[in-house]
Amino acid sequence: MSRTDWEVVIGLEVHTQLNTQSKIFSGASIAFGAEPNAQACAVDIALPGVLPVLNKGAVERAIRFGLAVGATIAPKSIFARKNYFYPDLPKGYQISQYELPVVVGGQIPLLVPDGKGGTYEKTVNLTRAHLEEDAGKSLHEDFHGMTGIDLNRAGTPLLEIVSEPEMRSSAEAVAYAKALHALVRWIDICDGNMQEGSFRCDANVSVRPRGQAEFGTRREIKNLNSFRFLQQAIDFEVQWQIDLIEDGGKVQQATVLFDPDSGETRAMRSKEDAHDYRYFPDPDLLPLVIDNAWIERVKGELPELPAALSGRFQGEYGLSAYDATTLTASREVAQFYLDTVAAAGTANAKTCANWVMGDLAARLNKAELDITASPLSAAQLAGLVARIADNTISNAIAKKVFDALWNKEGDSADAIIDAQGLKQVTDTGAIEAIIDEVLAANPKSVEEFRAGKEKAFNALVGQCMKASEGKANPAQVNELLKKKLG
Amino acid sequence: MSLSLDEVRHIAKLARLELAGGDLDATQAKLNGIFGLIEEMQAVNTDGVEPMSHPQDLAQRLREDRVAESDRRAAYQSVAPQTEAGLYLVPKVIE
Repeated sequence: MSRTDWEVVIGLEVHTQLNTQSKIFSGASIAFGAEPNAQACAVDIALPGVLPVLNKGAVERAIRFGLAVGATIAPKSIFARKNYFYPDLPKGYQISQYELPVVVGGQIPLLVPDGKGGTYEKTVNLTRAHLEEDAGKSLHEDFHGMTGIDLNRAGTPLLEIVSEPEMRSSAEAVAYAKALHALVRWIDICDGNMQEGSFRCDANVSVRPRGQAEFGTRREIKNLNSFRFLQQAIDFEVQWQIDLIEDGGKVQQATVLFDPDSGETRAMRSKEDAHDYRYFPDPDLLPLVIDNAWIERVKGELPELPAALSGRFQGEYGLSAYDATTLTASREVAQFYLDTVAAAGTANAKTCANWVMGDLAARLNKAELDITASPLSAAQLAGLVARIADNTISNAIAKKVFDALWNKEGDSADAIIDAQGLKQVTDTGAIEAIIDEVLAANPKSVEEFRAGKEKAFNALVGQCMKASEGKANPAQVNELLKKKLG
Repeated sequence: MSLSLDEVRHIAKLARLELAGGDLDATQAKLNGIFGLIEEMQAVNTDGVEPMSHPQDLAQRLREDRVAESDRRAAYQSVAPQTEAGLYLVPKVIE
């Protein structure tokens, strides 16, 4: 069978670290970067006699997420013990949710790149999202042949978000992970810092002959902490499974790790019974009850969601789905864009979008700056857009003004245009004078044009623009030049 | 339902219990006694009764999200068998 006869099936489990102050079951801090074990209190290191007390802030963030994805918030959910032995899990069990999770269902809308320069829409359904605690960290560097344990991370609140196995390519999986990443930051429940492990993906991957109803046997790739690794790991895994099956082998259910250096996935040394977790309700914790009043209050505090805002950008501002999605990638970008349009006027919304996504994004990216730290304000950009709209400057000159604003050579587009004499020349007489000069100086191009070489015309336009230092209105130059040559 | 000796061995292994010789048989008998009790209870008609996850019919009390703990690492590590650079040291574990 060839490659195209196989269908890829992917489901993702994403661990998002909730941006609370304190841990999910204790009052220890979760701030990143503390001295080892300085933020591991008696509950976190599981001293005898301690009891967990649930953090309201963690629950509230789960509610925010559930509302943002249109899920059901369980009026009653329960915590369960997931039992396994590992040194960075001092209790011998992880407190998680099993049978009754706090968030049930929900949907994430996506725009997936189709690999041909376009995009298509897709909606991924969520199975559930549940609250749980993180484990500590094992450091396997050499401590005289021993392992070092840091329990600062133990008890950090996580929301594990589980999707249905509805993604059909690594591109869809990455688009889903990116949309989810943007959403949790948008609703401010997670800082999204992937290097620090605040957003970690596990991918369940299987393949099946196209048209087959049953799923193939899946393997789970653990702990992917970048979108690039997610894509590479899935692509490698899919090919590995197809090759195995085509060679007559059978996929065995397994947990695998991705090695970024080799680009390969490999099975973890299979720990016998690793999945025999013997879940049972944690007797230390009563059921979590969430009443309607709480849900309504959280609903009232939610910001306008990216999907709604993207719809508004398309409906009210006439932006494409792609542009609207790009501009709602983060709340900061969306706010900057909204501020720009507010100052430049809705009629210029498309031009504003082009500048925010184009020159501004490129400059910020190059300077490794967040949009909140942009040297150019939304009001300044709006001022620039307004001068393009009223024909004071051409697009080419606008780039110069943009650079000048970026470099703080002036306070506003107007000030820079005045100070540097960049005002567009729209006076017909002045433009005609320039054209006459250019025609006189370039008899060869004129000759070529008359002989039927269209390219020569563009060369002449270029000469006119150059002679005017970019200030002549290009449309007028075109028109007048045509007249003179015609 | 009753447990085989192999199942008892498996459960003991998961719980990191070493059951030697007669302990294994004794544990099997005790566990099967519990299963017997469960079977007896399952004969009771519980239609319409909502399952409880906790014997007390109460809701979980919640804690405000505030840092309430200070660093007591030195005290906790004074009873640890081995520490270094602030880390607890344990026999080597490698995935």
